[in-house]
Amino acid sequence: MMDYEKLGLKAGIEIHQQLDTAEKLFCRCPTTLRDASERTGDFHRYLRATESELGEIDRAAREEMKLVRKFRYYTYDTVCLVEHDEEPPAPMNPEALEVCLTIAKMLEMTPVERVHTMRKLVIDGSNTSGFQRTALVALSGALPGGCQVETICLEEEAAQRVEDETFSLDRLGIPLVEITTAPCMHTPEAVQEVAAHIGMVLRSTGRVKRGLGTIRQDINVSIADGARVEIKGVQDLDLIAEVVRREVERQTNLLAIRDTLRERGARVDHTVIDVTALFAETKSSILKKAKAVLAVRLCGFAGLVGREIQPGRRLGSEMSDYAKKCGVGGIFHTDELPAYGVTAEEVARLREFVGAVEGDCVVIVAAGRERAGCAAEQVMIRAEMALSGVPEETRKMLEEGSTAYMRPLPGAARMYPETDVFAITIDEKLWESVEIPELLTDRVARFVREFGLDEGLARQVAFSERLPLFEEAVAAGVRPTLAARTLLATCRELARDGVEVARVSEEEILALLSAVEGGRAAKEAIPDLLTELARTAGDAGAPGERVDAAIEKMGPAVSQADVEEIVRRIVTEREAFAREKGMGALGPLMGVVMQELRGSVDGKVISETLRRELQRLLS
Amino acid sequence: MESLQTGDLVRYANGGTALTGTYIAERDGMAVIKLESGYNIGTSLEKIEFVERPASQPAAGAGVVVQNPDLPDLAVISTGGTIASRVDYRTGAVMSQFSVSDILRAIPELGDIARYRDCQIASILSENMQPALWRELARAVYDEIRAGVAGVIVTHGTDTMAYSAAAVRFMLKTPVPVVFVGSQRSADRPSSDNAMNALCSAAVAAGDLGEVAVVMHATTNDDRCAVHRATRVRKMHTSRRDAFQSMGMEPLGYVDYPSLSVTLSDEAVRRGTEEPELHDALEERCALLHFYPGMPPAVLDAFEGYAGLVISGTGLGHVATEWIPRLREMIEDGTTVVMTSQCLHGRVCDRVYNTGRDLLSAGVIEGEDMLPEAALVKLMWVLGNEPDPERARVLMQTDLAGEIRRRSI
Repeated sequence: MMDYEKLGLKAGIEIHQQLDTAEKLFCRCPTTLRDASERTGDFHRYLRATESELGEIDRAAREEMKLVRKFRYYTYDTVCLVEHDEEPPAPMNPEALEVCLTIAKMLEMTPVERVHTMRKLVIDGSNTSGFQRTALVALSGALPGGCQVETICLEEEAAQRVEDETFSLDRLGIPLVEITTAPCMHTPEAVQEVAAHIGMVLRSTGRVKRGLGTIRQDINVSIADGARVEIKGVQDLDLIAEVVRREVERQTNLLAIRDTLRERGARVDHTVIDVTALFAETKSSILKKAKAVLAVRLCGFAGLVGREIQPGRRLGSEMSDYAKKCGVGGIFHTDELPAYGVTAEEVARLREFVGAVEGDCVVIVAAGRERAGCAAEQVMIRAEMALSGVPEETRKMLEEGSTAYMRPLPGAARMYPETDVFAITIDEKLWESVEIPELLTDRVARFVREFGLDEGLARQVAFSERLPLFEEAVAAGVRPTLAARTLLATCRELARDGVEVARVSEEEILALLSAVEGGRAAKEAIPDLLTELARTAGDAGAPGERVDAAIEKMGPAVSQADVEEIVRRIVTEREAFAREKGMGALGPLMGVVMQELRGSVDGKVISETLRRELQRLLS
Repeated sequence: MESLQTGDLVRYANGGTALTGTYIAERDGMAVIKLESGYNIGTSLEKIEFVERPASQPAAGAGVVVQNPDLPDLAVISTGGTIASRVDYRTGAVMSQFSVSDILRAIPELGDIARYRDCQIASILSENMQPALWRELARAVYDEIRAGVAGVIVTHGTDTMAYSAAAVRFMLKTPVPVVFVGSQRSADRPSSDNAMNALCSAAVAAGDLGEVAVVMHATTNDDRCAVHRATRVRKMHTSRRDAFQSMGMEPLGYVDYPSLSVTLSDEAVRRGTEEPELHDALEERCALLHFYPGMPPAVLDAFEGYAGLVISGTGLGHVATEWIPRLREMIEDGTTVVMTSQCLHGRVCDRVYNTGRDLLSAGVIEGEDMLPEAALVKLMWVLGNEPDPERARVLMQTDLAGEIRRRSI
């Protein structure tokens, strides 16, 4: 068990949440996601880093420039020239700003007096312009447990990567809030709790997008003597604590490696040695077909390059990530050789050729000459970093919670004003007009209190995407328990049984629940009726008519007189049994009647009628 | 409080927040400050407090880029359109760059095509361009050609680039390529079309062309630039990269990107065809009028005493019948009136309908298939160089610089 306090763990999170607005942040396109197969065309562009005032290209931007890359973009009939970077942006979407202010108010933040939109350089291809538009809207909020929210920004979502250098423009420009906390969390669990709380606040607005990829967490982690590392794109809330644990483990191990390297007097030999000829006859197909095989000698690194620093990750994996920036597939190092078709004899020859002595590790890269040279350089850069500890990096999450290197942490000098968007003043009147919605946690308590739902069901309803429908049904006079059970339990069970219940429209569900409340269908018939509505989904007809047709089909309407007649007949047929059992016959006879009426009449109606009939017989 | 200057370090207090930032400017009664995170925010002046004035940073980007002496010599004449710009992330200012070293630092591949000498004649937005500047520009180009450059690149704002290119074309005979180039998307953005347009224009300027052209994106892709004839090009979109189009003809050629290989059509005038000549007289008392239904003839009074008037008329080249008496008077008083069409595509023909026939009899000149803007510039040049009205009339219907097509295709 790690003592996180002793290790000096400091963690903060950035939460990115897409907003469910009608239009995008800086154009009038809908915020609809599309399937790549629906694209109406594509185009391609090159991005080029611009020189900053110090004559320096931002280090993150420079890293991306290592490869000359052409980006391809898929376009749709729901995308306009703004996403194409062919038209200046429209004014900031007021609906998005209002949602952002609502969230800011819920987090007890102070809005800035005037919001200025900025251009943040992003040249990985995910923004056609080469920058992301972003605006700081409010500052300094409070979280339970004493943690602070530093900022909330309203920004454009980036384009979705389809593969490699191909992006899809449907997502580009969807409004996104970015909530940044202070580095105020000191245990992995605290990070997860804060993320869960902010997620709950966001969903309480009812105006954020739901589903996979609509919320993403970036986690900042550092330990004493380590370095700030930003882990991008953690989508699964339940993995957050594990990601933090593994990053602490990685930094701790990198520091241990650094200490060992220093004790050994390790160093990086900066001559790149061409060893292509040594592998002319090798059985390793990668080495054999490469135009150039280059070697780097890491003096005193033996055993450490192959040491695990995180489940499934070694120092060698980090070097490999850096090398991959040059377009190579990876690296080989002598801590893991002989393997991959490289023989012990070849390793011995390699070591001898580069002058490696005991305690040295040799890394080789195989590719075209230029790429291999670039990769060898990168390996040396990462090896030097190992001598000083943990590098500041942006990393991406792998499955299970380990991480891989993406790029250096961006420098500060990468934002400048978006001159095409006017600044927006947030005066007191606007701020006062922002209404705070009920927190979902408060809503759970209210549902228990007002509707008599049990806490589990209340929580399910409150956090479910069906919440608006539930509230609409209750407002229309449907009993809360009936609405909740139908929307959650019944629909889930039917879906599990393969009924495409998602195809039944909300209006139809509402009409169905009203029909049940109005006594036109029994609640026992709901599963059958939903199944019928799902089966005929897409057929013509208003929701009310479609529900009536389903009721008609599943069982003709049975009047109270019919019920009384059937009950009387059944009681008469079983008169002896009834007289013998007295009112105790109610249960058994109930089953008989229910079977006959097959759910077309509410059980409560039947039981009351039956009770009256039995009382009449026995009196 | 000391009066604040851009770059001053300030303390910002709002709600429970106390942050430091950099003072940028005062705008509409509020201060703009840049926080350490890089974000700008607007705040009331009373919420910020001066902390210190940092020592000014050394000017960046100095140093001269060494050019390859074995490559052809090109002149880069700038009028204010920006090929390159530099962003000051501290203040957010975007600065245009004009010196060759600055441009070569921003677009290093230019150094593989040619060596460059720079000459800045103006630094204006192209909507503020003036005929007097067209003349200055034509003279600067002529001087460079006489000085022996292999080609000339003119950087220009895109709004009125087509006018300037046409004007230079009428005033100048050139044996070398004279290439106008600009960018539709600001040069500060990584996606800007500036670099590709600049590279393609340099490739054309160092190539086999022998006339004045506009070189800009051919499509929304970064795949090729089109080479347009100066007198037949028009900006046809407010914002797209491929806004410039050749009207009534195919482009003179294309430049593939990134290979920068130039293909010219048979029609493109080749290097060395013309001897350098400059005839830079312009009659500036000329106007271009866009007719609309209901436009009162009294509008014409504003052009009383003008030497020339180009009308962008409807359809085949019409204005309302009630205009004809007033036009007849103007023509009799010495104004040369040329009819073009707001259709932009196609040829004027005032012989089909009565209105047209009446216009002809009043003395209006059919502008053939000339673009209205090209016709205006041509009229200025013709009236500036040809004092005889009858000969001027003939010249307006003669192809002088590729502005009139004999056949409509």
